[in-house]
Amino acid sequence: MLGHGSGGKLSAALMREVFLPAFGNPVLNLLNDQAVVERPPGRLAITTDSFVVKPLFFPGGDIGSLAIHGTVNDLAVGGARPLYISAAFILEEGFEIAALRRIADSMAAAARACGVLIVTGDTKVVDRGKGDGVFINTTGIGAAPEGLELSAGGARPGDKVVLSGYIGDHGIAILSSREGLEFESRVESDSAPLHTLVETMLAATGRIRVMRDPTRGGVSSALNEIAAQSQVGMEIEESAIPVRPAVRGACEMLGLDPLYVANEGKLIAIVAPEDAEKLVAAMRSHPLGQEARIIGTVTSAHPGMVVERTAYGTTRVVDMLAGDQLPRIC
Amino acid sequence: MRFISEYRDPVLVKTLAERIRRATTRKWVLMEVCGGQTHTLMRYGLDELLPPQLELVHGPGCPVCVTPLETVDKAIRIASQPGVILVSYGDMLRVPGSNSDLFHVKAAGGDVRIAYSPMEAVKLARRHPDRQVVFFGIGFETTAPANAMAVWQARKEGLRNFSMLTSHVLVPPAMRAILGSPWNRVQGFIAPGHVITVMGYAAYEDLAREFHVPIVVGGFEPADLLAAILALVEQLEAGRAEVQNAYSRSVTREGNLAAKALIEEVFEVFDKKWRGIGLLPQSGWRLRPEFAAWDAERVFRLEESGAEEPAECIAALVLQGQRKPSDCTAFGVRCTPSSPLGAPMVSNEGACAAYYQYRRHV
Repeated sequence: MLGHGSGGKLSAALMREVFLPAFGNPVLNLLNDQAVVERPPGRLAITTDSFVVKPLFFPGGDIGSLAIHGTVNDLAVGGARPLYISAAFILEEGFEIAALRRIADSMAAAARACGVLIVTGDTKVVDRGKGDGVFINTTGIGAAPEGLELSAGGARPGDKVVLSGYIGDHGIAILSSREGLEFESRVESDSAPLHTLVETMLAATGRIRVMRDPTRGGVSSALNEIAAQSQVGMEIEESAIPVRPAVRGACEMLGLDPLYVANEGKLIAIVAPEDAEKLVAAMRSHPLGQEARIIGTVTSAHPGMVVERTAYGTTRVVDMLAGDQLPRIC
Repeated sequence: MRFISEYRDPVLVKTLAERIRRATTRKWVLMEVCGGQTHTLMRYGLDELLPPQLELVHGPGCPVCVTPLETVDKAIRIASQPGVILVSYGDMLRVPGSNSDLFHVKAAGGDVRIAYSPMEAVKLARRHPDRQVVFFGIGFETTAPANAMAVWQARKEGLRNFSMLTSHVLVPPAMRAILGSPWNRVQGFIAPGHVITVMGYAAYEDLAREFHVPIVVGGFEPADLLAAILALVEQLEAGRAEVQNAYSRSVTREGNLAAKALIEEVFEVFDKKWRGIGLLPQSGWRLRPEFAAWDAERVFRLEESGAEEPAECIAALVLQGQRKPSDCTAFGVRCTPSSPLGAPMVSNEGACAAYYQYRRHV
């Protein structure tokens, strides 16, 4: 169990016994206050994210692999090749060292699989009750090719909306393993690194305008953000959006809408209409894009608003949520 | 998904809509009583499929919406006390009380938790014998069996650190109040299928006879609702006023006898106040005196706060089908899901939230 300590001793011990064995690489092994790394060609992409997931271990992943995938994906949807990651751990006093080791090992395995190095880090321990076991903050640095402009303001009327696969898996996997919501489900989180899928996509077309990974707030939030920033409307087809039967079933039971449920291994791309089919075909050749499809169109009508066409030909607004989706009563 | 996709089938839905259009020769005003039904209508845009002569008004069947402000205030006061775990259905948390809501209590350090079932709260009470666990048990007849079971189980186990703050309301007295109002416009009701799954529809036969109004029990999927609307239009066009069951895969005339027996054992009927609507005779359930030790009102000895609603909110008229959410001057401007004036803007089942969420473009 993790004792409390502000001093260097505990930090050094954690570094020696947990983090170095897991993450060790020539840069980190120097144990300097900063990582000095080679500068990649092109421009730098920088992102930061904090991970506070509960439970820490869930079907299909854990907070460690999630921290790597989340950071890699934020770089990837900007078209950047992920290179370096920093990892800061805020640990709650009393947290099991064995659990921390599991998390570090999982992070290390995910980083290796993505070809990124964890080059610097930090640990702090907070009083018991002041944290949820472990929080992880990361910064990711990647190399973005010259001339590539992917920005949420880039969607234009007529563009197609492409989704890489089944939605809602991560959110439902988390909910199904959370205390107090005991329902049996074999849904696993889709947590996965998307950078190689993005490479495949960028090789297939130079006409991708925007990419987003629809994490918290789901597909609906990602589309609403793009619609707002690009000052365009969007119309998506309900029947085109892939949802696994188990996820749909869980959503029915809990009163949730899959469009608002989190994903950790999916992306949305806005692409020029003439290249949409080509892009989907390329994505389907990649293991993480096998279910890729066009789900809608960017329009000049209702700027800033996302509308869904139902199977009956009627329409509804797909709004941003005020807060988390709240399960309804009956 | 079996047992759901059949009732969302586009061909079936379009066929029913076409039959409704052909059956309708004049103006009719129909009310769907339950907020879950309002939600389905808006979610799938079913109103776009109906002929213009049919007007659907939305009923009071939103449990969160009709829970009195004072009761929300009581929950907030209980949750603010040290040593308490307040457990609630999810959409109750954002409902505004007079000065705060349960989310703010949680943010200020109160232990407020969401559960899908009151039995989760009973489990918590077993696990935390040093804490008072209070379940905020609200709703219509649908949630009553589970709430009754939780209290019954707590008494059986002698679990003294569990109690329930109840606000239970009944559909038939609310329909009677709507029909008896001099401003009533409703000519036919889609009755709430889940309430009637529990209670049966015998009680609705009196209403149909007394007010000469057709009442069709409806489900919650698109085809269920359109089938109920079709049945209502056919009755109205033929001048009939009967109770009809358009949700027979779930509903019987007698209801769920085991659930009714349990409710009868735990709850008694009383004159209940509804948020926005006021006091309705014999319109609610409260815990029987035998269960006083599990009644949070008694355990925490809370007095009434005499709270008042924001003047601009027309929730009362919306809940009685006299006004539409979009008739409100505050709608979408001073009243939104992130800063609601009234409960119907909060709940998934609230008509204002359904309009805001799905229909702003119309």
